[in-house]
Amino acid sequence: MALTNETVKQALVEKFGEALTGWDEPYGMLTFAAPKEMNLKVLQFLFDDESLKFRFLTDLQAVHFPNNPGAELAVVYHLHNLQDNIRLRFKVFTSVNNPEVFSATALYQSANWMERETYDFFGVQFVGHPNLIRILNVDEMDYFPLRKEYPVEEQSRVDKDDEMFGRVHAKNVKNNE
Amino acid sequence: MPRPVQYNSKVKFEGIPEGYMGEGFMATNLEKVISLARKNSIWPLPFATSCCGIEFMATMASHYDIARFGSERVGFSPRQCDLLMVMGTIAKKMGPVLKQVYTQMAEPRWVIAVGACASSGGIFDSYSVLQGIDQVIPVDVYVPGCAPRPEAILDGLMRIQDLVNKEGLRRRHSEQYKELLNSYGIN
Repeated sequence: MALTNETVKQALVEKFGEALTGWDEPYGMLTFAAPKEMNLKVLQFLFDDESLKFRFLTDLQAVHFPNNPGAELAVVYHLHNLQDNIRLRFKVFTSVNNPEVFSATALYQSANWMERETYDFFGVQFVGHPNLIRILNVDEMDYFPLRKEYPVEEQSRVDKDDEMFGRVHAKNVKNNE
Repeated sequence: MPRPVQYNSKVKFEGIPEGYMGEGFMATNLEKVISLARKNSIWPLPFATSCCGIEFMATMASHYDIARFGSERVGFSPRQCDLLMVMGTIAKKMGPVLKQVYTQMAEPRWVIAVGACASSGGIFDSYSVLQGIDQVIPVDVYVPGCAPRPEAILDGLMRIQDLVNKEGLRRRHSEQYKELLNSYGIN
């Protein structure tokens, strides 16, 4: 029996029931969310189950939704079943004030650097990560640059004329929000 | 059939410095002689990180030929070179590396920032990019452009030659110069 989005969803609902939410299939890719405490259980099930076999973590990153109180940060896992060539997208949401999520490094080796990157840019604290330090940005950086409250423009240079560097427009857009 | 031979008759010679000359000798200012030698034998160290480096490759090649200015010997060891040519975007993480390369160069040393990114960060007005290399090392000449044409890079090199020519031999020992380096945390 070929693995389809329907069979994957069926297996997951059978195992976890109402705990999984936000079912969607944008562009044919199965997407769902789970409470953050359950992320390892869901990943482990997807990994171990003999019919599912999602054993390749393609990508892992975060998204910041500042207007989503209590669930500002989404951590997104992209999983791939290489044998049946089927992918899915799995999200957990966490509050920005307590951004602690269990680390998937024990399950997927590839999670190591990707969790470091996610920590680097969004400040998600991966509990159980062996070496959670910055990976791409300079070590001295004291904030998480891809969180929405920080402007993308470099703030350290004071001798730049904002108008000449196209920053005035960006500021106006921000003030009007 | 033999091809007609073209000879380059537009050869430019460096002028002889002022001095007192006679049969088989010449007396002049040591500073002038040394400046003349330095100016026409600058060894560049290319620090090319992106597209401006491609323009520099054209500048080095036969058409534009940086060798015409006495700089044919492009060195890849900072310890041998006089002129650090920074070409391309310098990310913040690259900043300390650039500074280390600069400190490994022996005095006298000059720096040329080629292109908008090296000069000011250019279009990369972003948290990850150094907004001009003059935040980590002192710069002598800025070449604007994105990317500057080889002519512009050559013009920058000629400005460096002017600086080298006019620089007094004791400048690197001056308090002002030490202060400048101290302001960058280099000594």
